[in-house]
Amino acid sequence: MVWFLSLPSVTLDWYRPAHVAPRLLDVFPKLTPMATIQPIAGENEQHPDVALVERVRGGDVSAYDTLVRKYDRQIFRIAQHITQNREDAEDVMQDAFLKAYEKLEQFQGNSKFYTWLVRIAVNESLMRLRKRRTGRMVSIDEDVETEEGSVPRDLADWAPDPEQNYTQSELADILRKTIQGLPQGFRVVFVLRDVEGLSTEETAETLGLSVPAVKSRLLRARLQLRERLTRYFRSKKGPKEMGVEK
Amino acid sequence: MTCTEFLAQLDDLLDDAVTVEMRADLKEHLRGCEHCEVTLNTTRKTIEIYRSHEIYALPTDLRERLHAAIMARCKKGC
Repeated sequence: MVWFLSLPSVTLDWYRPAHVAPRLLDVFPKLTPMATIQPIAGENEQHPDVALVERVRGGDVSAYDTLVRKYDRQIFRIAQHITQNREDAEDVMQDAFLKAYEKLEQFQGNSKFYTWLVRIAVNESLMRLRKRRTGRMVSIDEDVETEEGSVPRDLADWAPDPEQNYTQSELADILRKTIQGLPQGFRVVFVLRDVEGLSTEETAETLGLSVPAVKSRLLRARLQLRERLTRYFRSKKGPKEMGVEK
Repeated sequence: MTCTEFLAQLDDLLDDAVTVEMRADLKEHLRGCEHCEVTLNTTRKTIEIYRSHEIYALPTDLRERLHAAIMARCKKGC
């Protein structure tokens, strides 16, 4: 499938079905909060970015300066994850913010500015990849037709605080190398959903995928990353035996 | 509950999006299945590690350079 996104304005509310249980921290510890996620505004509460966008529309360029500084790191990271090239990521970051500025009139405020910006950055990143591949169309579906990683194979437990066994630089290399090995269609879903804090629905909307497709890719991305990191983080007690379906 | 059924709920469990009944079933499965417990714990740790380590940091000098270039273009109307 050729992947090309338009930039529709969509309603992307935080999704939590009414039947979902309240958090039970004592049973399953929750993941730590994401550093980049934005506070979720209530239904009648205006997101602070909306006021900044209004100021920019009114001619106050300094308000755009605030928005750029708020999200430049995230946009750079997303571009690096997709293009896997530092120069391309720099170009994508510039182009994405410039395009967002030019198209700000099209932003209708019923999606988050950040989500809208990410959608532009993902598009720009894929266009950059396409240029590098001499015009060949780039699809978000590349390399995802694999069953690899859908079932855990290496069931070794990890050492306690396994990252302590590596320097920061070594750890960064391991994490980069590991995530770069994922198929692009899995990697982008993992980055948007788990690293950059988009909801499942926002990730689906941003990538032009269905919610079930995002969920399926996210599970496989998480399991594949887990499996690959086990090579570095396994407990010295020795691997457990292969799992047997009970 | 089988391991396959547990795995199908793994993401919702990690994302804190399972019903009370399902949570109880998953907890019951974990009591007797070390493999699923390891899978749950190491998958959670995987996500935490990627969240907490910035593997593509934007250096300050590069950030300022890009920022200046963006704002210069915006002030000219792009």
